[in-house]
Amino acid sequence: MTTHYLVLSALLFSIGALGVLLRRNAIVVFMCVELMLNACNLAFVTFAGQHGSLDGQLIAFFVMVVAAAEVVIGLAIIVMIFRTRRSASVDDANLLKY
Amino acid sequence: MESPVEILTHAGGAIGYSWLMIALPLLGAAILLLGGRRTDRWGHLLGVAMSLAAFAVAVASFVELTGLPEGERRRGVGLFEFIPGMVDLGVLIDPLSISFALLITGVGSLIHIYSIGYMSHDHDRRRFFAYLNLFVAAMLLLVLSDNYLGLFVGWEGVGLASYLLIGFWQFKPSAATAAQKAFIINRVGDFGLLIAMFTIWTTFGSLAFRDLGADVTTQASEGTLTAIGLLLLLGACGKSAQLPLQAWLLDAMEGPTPVSALIHAATMVTAGVYLVVRSGAFFEAAPTAQLVVTIVGVATLLAGAIIGCAKDDIKKGLAGSTMSQIGYMMLGAGLGPAGYAFAIGHLITHGFFKANMFLGAGSVMHAMNDEVDMRRYGGLFSVMKITAVTFIIGYLAIIGFPLLSGYFTKEGIIETAMHEGGPILGWLAVVGAGITGFYMSRMVFMTFFGKRRWADDAHPHESPAVMTWPLIILSIGSVFLGAFLVLGNRFMIFLSPAVGRPAELPEFHFLSVTGLATLALVAAGAAFAWFRYGAAEVPAVAPRGSFLTAFARRDLYGDALNESLFMRPGQWLTRLSVFVDNRGIDGLVNGLAAGIGGTSGRLRRVQTGYARSYALSIFFGAAVVVGALLYVGNM
Repeated sequence: MTTHYLVLSALLFSIGALGVLLRRNAIVVFMCVELMLNACNLAFVTFAGQHGSLDGQLIAFFVMVVAAAEVVIGLAIIVMIFRTRRSASVDDANLLKY
Repeated sequence: MESPVEILTHAGGAIGYSWLMIALPLLGAAILLLGGRRTDRWGHLLGVAMSLAAFAVAVASFVELTGLPEGERRRGVGLFEFIPGMVDLGVLIDPLSISFALLITGVGSLIHIYSIGYMSHDHDRRRFFAYLNLFVAAMLLLVLSDNYLGLFVGWEGVGLASYLLIGFWQFKPSAATAAQKAFIINRVGDFGLLIAMFTIWTTFGSLAFRDLGADVTTQASEGTLTAIGLLLLLGACGKSAQLPLQAWLLDAMEGPTPVSALIHAATMVTAGVYLVVRSGAFFEAAPTAQLVVTIVGVATLLAGAIIGCAKDDIKKGLAGSTMSQIGYMMLGAGLGPAGYAFAIGHLITHGFFKANMFLGAGSVMHAMNDEVDMRRYGGLFSVMKITAVTFIIGYLAIIGFPLLSGYFTKEGIIETAMHEGGPILGWLAVVGAGITGFYMSRMVFMTFFGKRRWADDAHPHESPAVMTWPLIILSIGSVFLGAFLVLGNRFMIFLSPAVGRPAELPEFHFLSVTGLATLALVAAGAAFAWFRYGAAEVPAVAPRGSFLTAFARRDLYGDALNESLFMRPGQWLTRLSVFVDNRGIDGLVNGLAAGIGGTSGRLRRVQTGYARSYALSIFFGAAVVVGALLYVGNM
């Protein structure tokens, strides 16, 4: 049973990571980051259930809080970039380079 | 043989103030150099006054010294600690140093006075007098110092002053080069003197003359003493233009003529002879070194005489004769106590007649629009009688005309060489005297007699009184000084507290074999010169001459030798160093910098600015970290 949850978690994490690496739209990238976080949450909760301890569940809550704060700031940044550059593509914000 | 007497400490009296001899000309030089153009109007007068004041102090010290009993005639005056606990600087007044001081300040003052007239048209006359004063001060420090370190400071000061004066007309490239040449060749000699001083310090633990008396033999082996002697001789060769460091002297003629007179007569070239005589304790204990001194002396006296035969430039001819006469002095100085008095005596009489002739040559040049080629002179006797008569007196003195100054002192050296140094040295010195008779006569005939071969715009005239009076005074010295010093061994007895004297005082024979042979050779040389240059027509352009003439004209290939032995290899060495520096060292440093720059330029490209590529690196980095943790955890 645990294995299924963990496989699902790994699948979700991989989809999220690939999305971050491959997609250009900042919103989608952002959503993929959330997906990775939630995949981790799933793994935490799974292990917590297996070990019969509350630690993993507790950390899942922390992750959610952090993710919420991150969403607030991240979305604000994306909106600001869209306003100034008329684009939500992460590849357009490439001025900081060699 | 009698040794020098002990040095006594002295205070008060004229001798107590003898340091003023050094201080006054130095003060004059300082005022004139620091005062700049403000002192232009009276600068030359100050220079002469300082020189005369030094002469007055020298005379006062001399009078006081001669008033003392003979056993107390070496007086040391302490001045200050030069290097605390190691070297005290002081003045040493003894018969040797006071003789030099009188010559330097006396003849030096006459040259100062003469220069007022000679340099009157030069707008840098003040600077000239400043350097003259500096020269005199440095030379006095050299001869009056009571230790080798003070002597060395004066020695270097003389080198500096000669550099400044030879290159006085530095706008002439030849003068600038000649000044550098003199300076560099003198450095070679200074090197010898320095090493000698180091050796003396490590062996005896002192540089003061009072600690380095006749007892040096008890503290050092003969090998050490020979080494010290030879190194001191190297120093003396540099300053006194002896073989093999003679090459600078002929080029030093680029300076104004009074400078040549000062360098050749009163100062500079006499320093080497002074050094050898002052270091007599070392040389007397090292016969090998003494022998080398005499050989160098004889070789130089012949080389100088041969060079003098071929020069058409009147000053260079005189320079050759200086080399030759200093060679005589070196020969005398290498013969021990019997020769010292004649060497120094010849030095003093030479100071007079050579200054006389150099200033006379300057007077002739002054009259002939600075022409120096004797082939453009001729028949000048009638237009400048004072110059001509005084020059001829100097000439008769230098060739050793009976009863004139040079006769007594040179004859003394030759006689002593015969007895002490052996017949080879003696007869070579006689031959040198014969050649002197030839080339000096040639000079006089070409300049003052024969047909007038003047340039079209030459209007010779007698020089002003300020120039002729020094000539007259010097010529009087050239006539009488030798007889005064040598007859009755007056000078040898006077010098003996400082340098010792032989057990038996020599007697002067007027009709000795060598004396007659010398006179015969001199007369033959003079007669030959008369046939070649007096009676016969002198071509205005120098004929090519035989290979011997070419040999002598090129200064016996001294310059060529120096060039091929030292200058060319030196240039190769510098070129090699430049190459190694440019290609090797710079290449390494620059290559390293370029390598780092290039690498970082390429590494920079990693920063693409694309967030996704950074994310990929983070992803891989995280993967590596996780992998490493798992690997470590499973171990």
